[in-house]
Amino acid sequence: MNMANVISPSTVDALIKFGIDVAIILLKIVIVLAIGLLHVAYATYFERKVIGHMQVRLGPMRVGPHGLLQPFADGIKLFFKEDIIPAQADKVVFYIAPIIFMAAAMVNLSVIPFDANFVIADINVGLLFIFAMAGIGVYGIFISGWASNSKYAFMGGLRSSAQVISYEIAMGLSLVGVMMMAGSLNLSDIIRAQGESIFGMYAIPQFIGFIVFVIAAVAETNRTPFDLPEAESELVAGYFTEYSSFRFALFFLGEYIAMILMASLCTICFLGGWTLPWYVLKIFPFLSYVPGVVWFVLKVYAFFFFYYWIRATVPRYRYDQFMAIGWKILIPVAIGNILLTGLVKIILKEVL
Amino acid sequence: MAVTEVVAGLHPAGIEQEKIAEMIKEKFPEQVIDVTNFRDQVAVIIKKNQSFSILKYLHDEPVLSFDHLRDLTAIDWSNKKEVRFEVVYNLLSTKYRHIIRIKAQVPENDAKIASVVPIWAGANWHERECFDMFGIQFVGHPDLRRILLPEDWEGHPLRKDYPLKGYEGDKDWPGFIEVIKRSQELKEFEWHD
Amino acid sequence: MIKMQEPEKIFETRELNVNMGPQHPATHGVLRVVLDLDGETIVRLTPYVGYLHRGIEKLGENLSYFQALPLTDRMDYVSAMSNNIGYCVAVEKLYGIEAPPRAKFIRTIVGELSRISNHLLWLATHALDIGAMTVFLYCFREREWILELFEMICGARLTVTYPRVGGVRNDISQEFIDHLVKFLAEFPSRILEYETLIDQNRIWLKRTVGIGVISAEEAINWGMTGPTLRGSGIPYDIRKFMPYDAYDQVEFEVPIGTAGDTYDRYRCRMLELRQSVKIIRQCLEKLPAGPVMADAPKFVLPPKDKMLIITHPVNEIAYFIDEKACKGCGMCLRACPAKAITGEKKKPHKIDQSLCLQCATCFVTCKFKALKIIPGGKGQPEEKLVELSAQPVADEFKKAQEALVAHFDFIKKGPKVPEGEVYVATEVPKGELGFYFVSDGTHKPYRMRVRSPSFIHAGCLERLCKGHLVADVIANIGTIDIVLGECDR
Repeated sequence: MNMANVISPSTVDALIKFGIDVAIILLKIVIVLAIGLLHVAYATYFERKVIGHMQVRLGPMRVGPHGLLQPFADGIKLFFKEDIIPAQADKVVFYIAPIIFMAAAMVNLSVIPFDANFVIADINVGLLFIFAMAGIGVYGIFISGWASNSKYAFMGGLRSSAQVISYEIAMGLSLVGVMMMAGSLNLSDIIRAQGESIFGMYAIPQFIGFIVFVIAAVAETNRTPFDLPEAESELVAGYFTEYSSFRFALFFLGEYIAMILMASLCTICFLGGWTLPWYVLKIFPFLSYVPGVVWFVLKVYAFFFFYYWIRATVPRYRYDQFMAIGWKILIPVAIGNILLTGLVKIILKEVL
Repeated sequence: MAVTEVVAGLHPAGIEQEKIAEMIKEKFPEQVIDVTNFRDQVAVIIKKNQSFSILKYLHDEPVLSFDHLRDLTAIDWSNKKEVRFEVVYNLLSTKYRHIIRIKAQVPENDAKIASVVPIWAGANWHERECFDMFGIQFVGHPDLRRILLPEDWEGHPLRKDYPLKGYEGDKDWPGFIEVIKRSQELKEFEWHD
Repeated sequence: MIKMQEPEKIFETRELNVNMGPQHPATHGVLRVVLDLDGETIVRLTPYVGYLHRGIEKLGENLSYFQALPLTDRMDYVSAMSNNIGYCVAVEKLYGIEAPPRAKFIRTIVGELSRISNHLLWLATHALDIGAMTVFLYCFREREWILELFEMICGARLTVTYPRVGGVRNDISQEFIDHLVKFLAEFPSRILEYETLIDQNRIWLKRTVGIGVISAEEAINWGMTGPTLRGSGIPYDIRKFMPYDAYDQVEFEVPIGTAGDTYDRYRCRMLELRQSVKIIRQCLEKLPAGPVMADAPKFVLPPKDKMLIITHPVNEIAYFIDEKACKGCGMCLRACPAKAITGEKKKPHKIDQSLCLQCATCFVTCKFKALKIIPGGKGQPEEKLVELSAQPVADEFKKAQEALVAHFDFIKKGPKVPEGEVYVATEVPKGELGFYFVSDGTHKPYRMRVRSPSFIHAGCLERLCKGHLVADVIANIGTIDIVLGECDR
């Protein structure tokens, strides 16, 4: 039988189209991964420089001009260090944990729309997907703490899972207002709806949700002042105390990717993603020629800078105080915000 | 949480040291062996049997109220004096600003004295150190263990018959010998050019 | 009302036993704390110390009073200057001498500088433990400045050994005073800088207020001293109670707290920083002129430039080997640092005058008294030296020799001290540092006892931490301000 008879020309077309789609997606993945990892590398550099200057010192200066090659030096160092596995550790789980953590963080990059038409997987439940993956990431933390067979790591793992789970609730609730206003869970749609709204960005009408989200985002990524799972002065390094070499680097990468993710999510849901508010464009019309991805990245950087700023400024909360903030303040406030949003929406509908 | 700056209320200096010594003598005439004075510092040497009640009296008596145990230590007189050990209490009253030193004689064959932890909680570690360094037993101490030296240490280093370099003398520390031995064992795995 | 039913006991629960230290980022050195935790709450806390025990008290009994001074640097290496002063004040009391007024003022200045530097390090690490990272670096900026000031007066930054028994090692220079004035002008604004970061910070307040509360009676009963005690409200400050050095000639106030918690102790130290600045300012104003070492030849070393030979300046003497007395043993030959002595065994040696450093090493080494010190011999030819040494011993020469021998004797053995005992305490930044000396009339202390505040404070740790959470252990270790070098001695 002839192959051409079996596969009709339309099928061939479909196949070719499918092939091209796959190729484009692969290309996008490569671009996102490369740029994402480069950003992780330079986020560490940026952090050390920013905090350094805030603390009247210079930060890395030795490797390359102004220490620009420092991230690569660090990466190479981590690669070639001895990989130590504690004798009493549960080896298989010990191996898997950082991979789960890292993978769960990385997968999220696939649903982030970096520009109007640049998203790897434009799925309808983007926001839910991110929450689901963040939930899986907790497993990585928790089992790494358990598998290390060290008390510090164990306590770090316990603290971290409790922290991430409780703050996920607050974060999810804080985003409900956004979902209600946009009427979609698709991240690109949320951005578009934002661009079309009167405010241009949801940070203004949803400011309560915005504040709750920012606090929860800091907690979710285990950063100061909520860095209890890895509180240096208490638990040495928390859940990755026993990790070294590349496995440690995986945790490190995962954490910074999670930071990128949170910054992106904040940009998407509250700061208008790649769009600029219409009133800004009205005043400076020439800004519309700047590609959208630039605005997106700039907003992410601004959020990063905020991360570093608070790290250099505030002390660390105690575990119980921190949980109290999550459960007694943030969650009720977020629920109140949902009620308020719904109420305003109904009133507006009635009035208009 | 209010912190104020004050000129430390300088109460008139309390009772003179000689008078305190007199008071102790009056109250416990049998117990006081000697009173010495050197560079304006008076020391009362007492017998150890009632040391606890004397110190309790010093702490509780409202006129004296020695509330601060500045220091507790011991002296090993070796063969210089009849009684080998002296446990020394340096006391101060933060209320009246007077001081006194009490020295209780503890013979070598019965190196025990009542613990003063019930009077001054801070004596806890002092007495542990004293036990560690001199081997004096403090009766009634809640947790008398070695403190600065390892639990399995032999001897009491601040005794005068304990040599400066320890009983081991010039011998290497066993841990060090172990390390050397181990490095020799592992020599065959070393990299050679 | 619904009654909660007691859940059936399926598992046996027990406390989690966590070993913190001696290698831990927040235990300030090598403190080891064993925690029994119920969840995050502390049920039992047992501190273990002694990892840094060097036997300073035993060493002190085997060294002269001069020689033991550098040991005190190694106790509280964070504020070595204060420890030196404490030792010197105690030994002076034992000797019965007093430092000259200028030395007293200088000691007060450096002592207070040391207090500032200690409190800065304390604040830095305490804040870092609680998570405020920037305060750490801000504090170290100023601490560096103070260490540079120390370097300016004595060449050392950390282990200074600058105060001496009977005074201080050398006078301070005008350059130092200028820099100090600049520092004093700048520093109060820097204190404000630290306070803006943490003083009213909500998180800082949450972490410190009501943590490690101890009442005044209990604090004194536990033997606490220094700011740790004053935070509870007892104005016990040895600088006021039994003034030493120049503290009775300056005006200052003692900050005391009311609540006795970590925050009050923090505030006390912050206010003490300001008081220290005030004290130094007054000292600089009142700084009298005069010598910096006590005039007590029996107890105190003579000034450096008069040390080697008292009647002659150094460059006017020559060393010469008497050929008749020399047995050719080679001792001096080996001992000479300049290798100026030549000769064979069993034959008289010779000194090459051009190489001789006049260090007197050969003079001390020679057992046969073959070495002679010749006054006015410098630059003379060899024959002339023989001639000079053959002359009957001049009075001058004899005097010089005796002075030298006496000096060596003095250095080697130290001064003789009358029989007796003293306990002298000084207010170091961490609390009451007491030295208890028992002298049996010889050159060395019969018993040297150091009452270190860190040791006592470490003992209070269990009392402070019980019932708190793990994170509060860190706050409490910070607030009692311990240095393990001093604790373990």
